[in-house]
Amino acid sequence: MAVSPNRELEPMKRDRTPFARNLDTAFVWLTGGFAGLIALLLIAIAVRVGVDASPAMAKFGLGFLFESRWNPVTDVYSAFPQIYGTLVSSFLALFLAVPIGLGVAIFLSEDFIPAKIQRPVVFLIELLAAIPSVVYGLWGIFVLIPILRDLGKGIHQSLGWLPLFSTSPSGPGMYVAGIILGIMILPIITAIARDALVAVPIELRQAAYGLGATRWETILQIIVPAAFSGIVGGIMLALGRAMGETMAVTMVIGNANKANISLFDQGSTVSSLLANQFAEASGLQVASLMYAAIVLFVLTLIVNILAQVVVKRVNRI
Amino acid sequence: MATSTGVSTSTIISSKDANIYYGNFLAVRDVTIDIPKNSITAFIGPSGCGKSTVLRCFNRLNDLITSFKMRGSIHYHGQDLYSPEIDPVAVRRQIGMVFQKPNPFPKSIYDNIAFGPRLVKYRGNMDELVERSLRGAALWDEVKDKLRESGLALSGGQQQRLCIARAIAMQPDVILMDEPCAALDPISTLKVEDLLQELKEKYTIVIVTHNMQQASRASDYTAFFNVEQTERGRTGYIAECDRTEVIFQNPQQQATQAYVSGRFG
Repeated sequence: MAVSPNRELEPMKRDRTPFARNLDTAFVWLTGGFAGLIALLLIAIAVRVGVDASPAMAKFGLGFLFESRWNPVTDVYSAFPQIYGTLVSSFLALFLAVPIGLGVAIFLSEDFIPAKIQRPVVFLIELLAAIPSVVYGLWGIFVLIPILRDLGKGIHQSLGWLPLFSTSPSGPGMYVAGIILGIMILPIITAIARDALVAVPIELRQAAYGLGATRWETILQIIVPAAFSGIVGGIMLALGRAMGETMAVTMVIGNANKANISLFDQGSTVSSLLANQFAEASGLQVASLMYAAIVLFVLTLIVNILAQVVVKRVNRI
Repeated sequence: MATSTGVSTSTIISSKDANIYYGNFLAVRDVTIDIPKNSITAFIGPSGCGKSTVLRCFNRLNDLITSFKMRGSIHYHGQDLYSPEIDPVAVRRQIGMVFQKPNPFPKSIYDNIAFGPRLVKYRGNMDELVERSLRGAALWDEVKDKLRESGLALSGGQQQRLCIARAIAMQPDVILMDEPCAALDPISTLKVEDLLQELKEKYTIVIVTHNMQQASRASDYTAFFNVEQTERGRTGYIAECDRTEVIFQNPQQQATQAYVSGRFG
């Protein structure tokens, strides 16, 4: 070998001051502490709400979930209409926002329009998410409801035999809440789905084109499946937002304590119930509201777990 | 190829004075080359000389780049590939491509192969076609028991052979390969090279490679690309093309001699 025997070996020992070492250790503990704090906060909230809800849980048990009485005078509470309303308004929102959001995301992840126009459009969509929900609510009351009421009356007259449209719309109602929620979650779905689509490696696109796939075949059979977990993640985040959204929904849903299959009827959600009643509630009513909050908590959890299962199942291949 | 060796073969792709631009930048100039049928043609040359660019012109994959422009002509079986009535999708179904980096779809091995045939609504027995394609790419014995597993679970060399099988499944006429062994270890590389010799009986192969031994071992014809600095940037061109043994043993140009003997590039 040509290495000269006189050449001294460079020391390869780690050469750090104790201060630098301590700083590293401190940093690990600090960031770990922050991460732990978030988990702790979640647990603290859950425990507190659980403790406050326990009188109602003891009194009403699981019947709370399936009955429709909310009577502060006789102190009997159950939240079926609100649970129903939360699910129906949220899924109505998804039903509207997923196809549109996914479509917009595909449009904005391809090169249909020049990048110069595309970037501002993406920015504008993300800006939609920054509008305060009370503004959505006001817009819903003054703009959306007048438009939808006439539209809804037409639908009721022609399709009223369908249970979904069996009551005449009177302004606020489940359908308005669903549509407002749909608009509110649209930017979330679009932004996250677009990010996921853009992140699909260019090699896959080339492979598909190289095999003679058209642009649509490439998008639908390769790009969207490859981005599936990201897209579902976005949808779940949006669903979480829709289930928890309070202000805008409270303003347009009508806040009636009933669960009617007709979308034109008025209803309420768990969060609108909390917003409406919390300020004046006391005693068992507060406990019942807390119980309802826990139900919302669990609902969101279930939805998220389901989403994970879906993503895992699809990603297995 | 237009050579003086007197070998008579029919030409499958014929490029005449093709100039390739990205925007106003002339990337490759004056590409005039004939690709003979049922042979392996290697493109060699230093980086940035436009080998891959020319290769991608042969199946119109450059169409995906918006600033791409081609002047001149490339004929395939006598048809002008760049005439307006040609459907690039149909072109790519007949002229397949294998890329530098193995790029199987995130699907099962079976579905990777079946993807292309399903696009053209293949009516035959899909299981048979999958087997035939995998056998054609010398991969069948290694994967026959795990066709439902993800193509991404294979090793790099297997993935590249999967991509070759995927291209074969379309029953193409020509297979373009853009440095197919660049990401592979020597053993996988040899497997792919052996495969090339089998494939050329049915297909015409054009392969870009940086590996001199690969070009000299595996190809019948070699085109040496070089690059020149102009005031508007680096422009590639074909310096010399001939039968592989001529390029490697008795090249006409100094630059070719220098490149194939490893003195530059």
